[in-house]
Amino acid sequence: MSKIAVIGGGVIGGAPPHELAKLGEEVILFEKNYFGSGSTFRCATGIRAQFTDEANIRLMKYSVERWEKLEEELGFDINFKQTGYLFLATSEEEVEAFKANIRLQNRFGVPTRLIGMDEAREIVPILNTEPFLAGAWNPKDGKANPFKTLFAYLFRAKELGVDAREHTEVIGFEQEGDAITAVRFRSNGKVESVRVDAVLNAANAWAPLINEMAGLSRDIIPITAYKHQLVKTEPLEPGQAEPLVCPPSWNDAYIIQDGEDGGIICGAGIEHKAKGLDDYEPTYDFLRGVLEYAVRIAPPLRYAHVVRQWAGFYAKTPDSNPAIGRLLDNFYIAAGFSGHGFMMAPAVGEAMAGLISKGRSKVPLDWEWYDPYRFERGELRSSAFQIG
Amino acid sequence: MGGKKIVCRCNDVTVEEVEALIDSGVTDIEELKRLLRIGMGPCQGRTCVPIVLGILARKTGRSQEEIPLPKARVPIRPVRVEVIVGGADE
Ligand SMILES: Cc1cc2nc3c(=O)[nH]c(=O)nc-3n(C[C@H](O)[C@H](O)[C@H](O)COP(=O)(O)OP(=O)(O)OC[C@H]3O[C@@H](n4cnc5c(N)ncnc54)[C@H](O)[C@@H]3O)c2cc1C
Ligand code: FES
Repeated sequence: MSKIAVIGGGVIGGAPPHELAKLGEEVILFEKNYFGSGSTFRCATGIRAQFTDEANIRLMKYSVERWEKLEEELGFDINFKQTGYLFLATSEEEVEAFKANIRLQNRFGVPTRLIGMDEAREIVPILNTEPFLAGAWNPKDGKANPFKTLFAYLFRAKELGVDAREHTEVIGFEQEGDAITAVRFRSNGKVESVRVDAVLNAANAWAPLINEMAGLSRDIIPITAYKHQLVKTEPLEPGQAEPLVCPPSWNDAYIIQDGEDGGIICGAGIEHKAKGLDDYEPTYDFLRGVLEYAVRIAPPLRYAHVVRQWAGFYAKTPDSNPAIGRLLDNFYIAAGFSGHGFMMAPAVGEAMAGLISKGRSKVPLDWEWYDPYRFERGELRSSAFQIG
Repeated sequence: MGGKKIVCRCNDVTVEEVEALIDSGVTDIEELKRLLRIGMGPCQGRTCVPIVLGILARKTGRSQEEIPLPKARVPIRPVRVEVIVGGADE
């Protein structure tokens, strides 16, 4: 049995402790604020296998299969629903691109298909079909409640003996050569340290600071905190816009109906580089911009009330693909998830647990594709599709 | 008797639910808010948040002043979308 420290109590740090405990490891999880306080509790709830490259499609195909069983496995209602994702094309070139993506997705068993606007209207009754030529529709994509998902993992992990600590900030490491031997942390103003056999950096937007603590260059994985915002309306009758609906050529604007309270969540790729790692201030230009798109996608939204707006970070790497793997002997990373970390958590959590505990995993995760050292080598992957 | 004691009218949350979650170890107001949706209804917690703070203080032996209020979100009152995007249909 080894002692493994996980840094970051978001969903990417929240999933591995349960998986590691299942493999018989001892785990201590650190979260400097409250659990979920980073990107996780600000996300748009979306889960999809509609990517445009093999690595992300295969990983998400597997992740969706895990999502399908997660509720039962964790014994907690996480509100996972397969209500689909509907991408909408506004030009012939886009229709052709959709077709190519669909062929690729079908090759790996993802059942996306091209649909016409009549069918799209049946799926999304408030859709404005006029501007669109066709849709890419995968009914197996979906959504889940991020708050409950994270806590389902944490409750289960605690039952398995995981020591999960919040309001506890990691402030440094003790090392012998390249190997990390202990983690130093501060809680209630008190500094302590704990001996560990391995460390997983799951600090997302803050991951570069943790890498620096391990003696690496802060930019070895260049993660930028982009402010991504969302706006939510009052509850509408369920079924109005259940899938995530997105015309990518409209600045990646999207709408998705909250699976629980029925409010419509509206997002768009109107991003601002965050002024700092505590810059969560929503902006008016976003509010106006996103709603202009939303009413073009679904005109009846014009008569709904906005009840909330918030901001969080897309912890973005230069190719929008996360960095997943081993950085030093016993120092691992899973960070920089850009716009799609929530959906990947079941697969990535399992893969990281396998890698750290046994040096391998059966999860179809292409380690080379997500290699954390690719940026240092000047290699970029094709940019991962961004939308929620 | 045996009627439910509601703390959050917007989202229909009971005192029992709040207490059970605190007993299971969830004692951060931001977490209680999201797991129970208190403070996330149209009134943004004007009714329920003070009550939940009271329960939390009592059960954790803290004073209410020690517990930070959860973050309120803009807009403070619901605003109709067309007020923001302008009235004209395209
Ligand atoms: C508005 C928005 C919408 C999104 N929509 C979607 C979506 O629809 N679908 C999807 O899949 N993804 C979506 N995402 C992305 C998703 O939210 C993230 O990729 C995911 O939550 C990342 O999880 P994480 O655990 O890596 O990071 P985080 O949740 O950010 O967790 C990192 C944690 O590390 C903690 N930490 C940092 N430094 C330290 C330290 N020194 N010591 C201890 N703890 C520390 C932080 O406090 C933080 O809680 C969205 C993101 C945003 C902002
Ligand atoms: S009473 Fe709880 S949000 Fe309104």
